[in-house]
Amino acid sequence: MKKRLFVKGNEAVAMGALEAGCRYYFGYPITPQSDIPEFMSRELPEVGGQFIQAESEIASINMLLGASACGARAMTSSSSPGISLKQEGLSYMAGSELPGLVVNIARSGPGLGGIDASQADYFQAVKSGGHGGYRLIVLAPHSVQEMYDYAMLAFDLSDRYRIPAMILGDSVIGQMKEALIPHPRPQVDLPAKDWAVTGKGGRDHQKIVKSLYLGDGELEKHNWRLYEKYQQMQRDEVRFEAVALEDAELVVTAFGVTARIAKTALRMAREAGMKVGMIRPITLFPFPCQAFADLPETVRKVLCFELSTGQMVEDVRLHTPCDRAVEFYGRPPGAGSLPPPEELFEQISRHYGRKA
Amino acid sequence: MTGSLVSVFNHPNSLKDVVTHFCPGCQHGTIHRLVGDALDHFQVQDQTIGVASVGCSVFLYEYFDIDVVEAPHGRAPAVATGVKRARPDRIVFTYQGDGDLAAIGTSEIIHAANRGEAITVVFVNNTTYGMTGGQMAPTTLAGQRTSTSPRGRDVSSDGYPIRMAELIAQLEGVSFSARVAVNSPKNVISAGRVVRQAFEAQVKEGGFGFVEVLSACPTNWGMGALEANDRIGEEMIPYFPLGIFKEAGRRQGDASAQG
Repeated sequence: MKKRLFVKGNEAVAMGALEAGCRYYFGYPITPQSDIPEFMSRELPEVGGQFIQAESEIASINMLLGASACGARAMTSSSSPGISLKQEGLSYMAGSELPGLVVNIARSGPGLGGIDASQADYFQAVKSGGHGGYRLIVLAPHSVQEMYDYAMLAFDLSDRYRIPAMILGDSVIGQMKEALIPHPRPQVDLPAKDWAVTGKGGRDHQKIVKSLYLGDGELEKHNWRLYEKYQQMQRDEVRFEAVALEDAELVVTAFGVTARIAKTALRMAREAGMKVGMIRPITLFPFPCQAFADLPETVRKVLCFELSTGQMVEDVRLHTPCDRAVEFYGRPPGAGSLPPPEELFEQISRHYGRKA
Repeated sequence: MTGSLVSVFNHPNSLKDVVTHFCPGCQHGTIHRLVGDALDHFQVQDQTIGVASVGCSVFLYEYFDIDVVEAPHGRAPAVATGVKRARPDRIVFTYQGDGDLAAIGTSEIIHAANRGEAITVVFVNNTTYGMTGGQMAPTTLAGQRTSTSPRGRDVSSDGYPIRMAELIAQLEGVSFSARVAVNSPKNVISAGRVVRQAFEAQVKEGGFGFVEVLSACPTNWGMGALEANDRIGEEMIPYFPLGIFKEAGRRQGDASAQG
């Protein structure tokens, strides 16, 4: 029998990162993600890695930029207000085509907000929180096991496309404990990091990692190349979970912690004889556009659940054919508690019975 | 005349043989040369990673024949920290202006220095923001007119020019901190020696080395090159004294001498 651990989501994502070969962590404490730097400060020196508690979130993302520019696997983590501070560095990393992992164990905002779970950082994560119109790879785990698995996946995707990856969790996913079965990092073929600065060392040409393009047409060319990467990811890297879509008349959609509750509500609905299915986006960027565009003919309505007043629902509306209705049910950041399955079941029942 | 000619002045290998884009009278070219000489002296060109900052000096990679990573405004010491931690076997330096290092990046420089990161910081102080067109810097002298202190810097509302080399020298983690100027041949020669010491702190001791270079910005000062050099001597050096403010080895020596 495989080793089975009982750990927090925050520990799982750190363990996954270590297994992925991450040897450098730069961060700054903030609730509810401080287990990650605490874990890394303990474990990284054991494997010859480096942990730095930076003076700020801004410094830590730029340390990540520096380590990544050398070709190292490195990460940082924070929670919403801290992630806002990292946006400058994320824009520069995206512009410099540098990989790296950023974990956001989101809390409620805006501003200092509170430490309860929220999904109101969706826009910031998937639409580019910093300047310049870049994108990140954004993965949304909904279990402790996925925190572990997606840490590895995030590093691999990040290296493949040379763009920073974000794991968008929340304070429930980060703080809850459940079973984790660790496993070795999957063998993946990745391109050599021949762009990394290492010191010329015998090379006849220098290497430059930069985001400044002043020459005629250079920046436009650079931005078209970035755009093509996002398009390619949209073609090749979309991940989502489909549940009971075959005969569904109503499809619920949710990510992260909300998806867990929605799954229970879906089971209650099926037991009550309602034909309900579910699409759970795992990659928030690239968004599973096609899954919504290709909904089975039986589906009349899509119901989007979020721990916000509605952000992902905009992407759902954008891709759902206009002859199906899209409805939304959410709670604003700071609602203080999660909606119980009964509450989502009630919403499903209400919308299921009603014509589009 | 007998004997062979001995070369005493060569183009540094660490610098490319290209014409710089800097304004007439600007001393970035001179300072680049001093840094290039230091890299040549320690024969570390092939193992050096430069960290370019924001401002007129961002084009480091156009002039230095070394690997370079570009940092966001003020963040070069944090980027250099990431580089050095990932590649401790490499020589890492940042090259930053006064807006970059003494304003937006104050936090990054203070903490990198305090951690004693094994990097070298070349800090070019010309008392103004050059690239953005001559606005007030943290180092702008009292009474100095700039495009954002049109009546002259008023210390009662704008605060005082910051003496970074002295500030950095206070920090326990620092191995070397000094200030030099490049306004005269004598000062340039002396500056070359001190820049080398700032790198020596990293190369030989694995310590943090800081060198502030008083430099001219004739364009934004509205002066000719010679007049700008005079200003460094007459106005800047009296407020920003030249000297070595910390030298870890020597300081320990002094302590034992006193003991």
